[in-house]
Amino acid sequence: MNWLQKIMNPRTRPQASNGGKGSVPEGVWEKCSGCGTVLYKPELERNLMVCPKCGHHHYISARARLDALLDEGSAQELWAGLEPTDPLKFRDSKKYRDRIVATQKKIGEKDAMVAMSGRLKGRPLVATAFEFAYMGGSMGSVVGEKFARAAERALADRSALVCFSATGGARMQEALFSLMQMAKTSAALARLRDAGVPYISVLTNPTTGGVSASLAMLGDINIGEPKALIGFAGPRVIEQTVRETLPEGFQRSEFLLDHGAIDLIVDRREMRDKLADLLGILMKAPRAA
Amino acid sequence: MNPNFLDFEQPIAELDAKIEELRHASHGQAFNIDEEVGRLREKLKVKTAEIFRNLNSWQTTQLSRHPARPYTLDYIGVICEEFHELAGDRMYAEDAAIVGGLGRINGRQVMIIGHQKGRNTKDKVRRNFGMPRPEGYRKALRLMKMAERFGLPLLTLIDTPGAYPGVGAEERGQSEAIARNLLEMAELKVPIVCTVIGEGGSGGALAIGVGDRTNMLQYATYSVISPEGCASILWKSPDKVRDAAEALGMTAPRLLELGLIDKLVREPLGGAHRNPRSMAIRLKAVLLNQLDELEAMPVTDLLQQRYKRLRSYGAYQE
Repeated sequence: MNWLQKIMNPRTRPQASNGGKGSVPEGVWEKCSGCGTVLYKPELERNLMVCPKCGHHHYISARARLDALLDEGSAQELWAGLEPTDPLKFRDSKKYRDRIVATQKKIGEKDAMVAMSGRLKGRPLVATAFEFAYMGGSMGSVVGEKFARAAERALADRSALVCFSATGGARMQEALFSLMQMAKTSAALARLRDAGVPYISVLTNPTTGGVSASLAMLGDINIGEPKALIGFAGPRVIEQTVRETLPEGFQRSEFLLDHGAIDLIVDRREMRDKLADLLGILMKAPRAA
Repeated sequence: MNPNFLDFEQPIAELDAKIEELRHASHGQAFNIDEEVGRLREKLKVKTAEIFRNLNSWQTTQLSRHPARPYTLDYIGVICEEFHELAGDRMYAEDAAIVGGLGRINGRQVMIIGHQKGRNTKDKVRRNFGMPRPEGYRKALRLMKMAERFGLPLLTLIDTPGAYPGVGAEERGQSEAIARNLLEMAELKVPIVCTVIGEGGSGGALAIGVGDRTNMLQYATYSVISPEGCASILWKSPDKVRDAAEALGMTAPRLLELGLIDKLVREPLGGAHRNPRSMAIRLKAVLLNQLDELEAMPVTDLLQQRYKRLRSYGAYQE
């Protein structure tokens, strides 16, 4: 609490949210959840939401990610009109219909995946990214359809495919339709594989459940972002099953690298260069500057 | 309460017990009780039909997990005149939660793979309650590739609560093992017929469930998450399993209606466990029919049709 807050009436005093260590005015400042440093948000955004002090990777939106990846002015959004329906008339404490409307309004996306075609250092690329803020980046029919189309587009154009996943898994409200998206996206990737068109999967925090057990683990190259949570079952489910606390770092990128599940870990700020280099070699093209 | 009967089956259990009692009592007795037994048998049939006519989704879920329900090896025992189980993933271990091997059905050579649950406590533990680890899926994949090499059609029987959520399973790449099977099954160059015989538990079920036909037994379930899991996440209350089961639309009639499965295989009165043999014979007929159909197709057409089928799953608008 600073001196100004101390002399203010407690009722009008802004609430200190971080254990009384001082509040951060909304919008301009953000406290790093890695090291606690208060960061100037525009600067954090310029740094792709990576803390310049400790390197902690914060949430980044699907659009910001794709913007940062593709050459300036090259990006064209694909299938922006795809929208979810409610085939089961699903209703829990809320109607799925209402959840869709509210989420679309709040997030400004029609569903949890954004797809773009564009260029990466001059070479054509189809890129997709999960929007985690949209119902936990869950995969329902729209995500599955968009991803399958992206794979088919990459196949038709013989351009590489990149996907950034950030997801809790299959979307429960679309029940078995969601599960079948695992089969659908994997089938589309099988065709890419046969044609020798490269697919790089970037697993970001978090990538679990049905998405990790399908398209996210099927990259010719699987890349993890530092300290991203990646796994089939979520840590809580595992803890309930084995009834013990999980070891530090369990299911993080570094753990997966140690266990042979991913090829490499790449800092978000170096992702564009790294992807361009890897794809350049796989596609037998000269190294791009 | 008889533990071999579910709560809603209790009226059936009582009639069953009464019939047994009468038959026992009549042993060595002069008077004729045939008439009374016959009457009770008729009543039992009517009562069973009545109970099973209006099952809700939660009751169906319980039936799909019925302790007396036939499992993969029970079906194989009736369906195949010959079966040779093959073990191991050649990388790490043998996982008894999935069984597979070479078989012969009406003289026809096939590869069969299925989840396997245990009957008694020891067997249940050995089979990990039908929850495979990555080794199980990798064994399945090894056998699928073998089927492809030798041109054998693949039959899979699905019956799992889900892939095992354990530390070791994660360390050895549970996600990758499942994902790999989805990709490989999409392009396996032999006919694949998948049948959900009990519980179709999410990715752990789908990992041996991608193919040219998906059948479901009448009281089997197939879902992205268990009603228990769904209730605790979406309703934040484990008591809401009934609502969750209903909402998830996980029963065979509902999934047939939604176009997510191809065929519902009717079960005997009172469920597969009341007459496992007749259930297996019925399933055998269905499988043979589908194999006839699929084996008549050239492989390129088969794979084209499979892709189209997988590609068609989804409900969206644009």
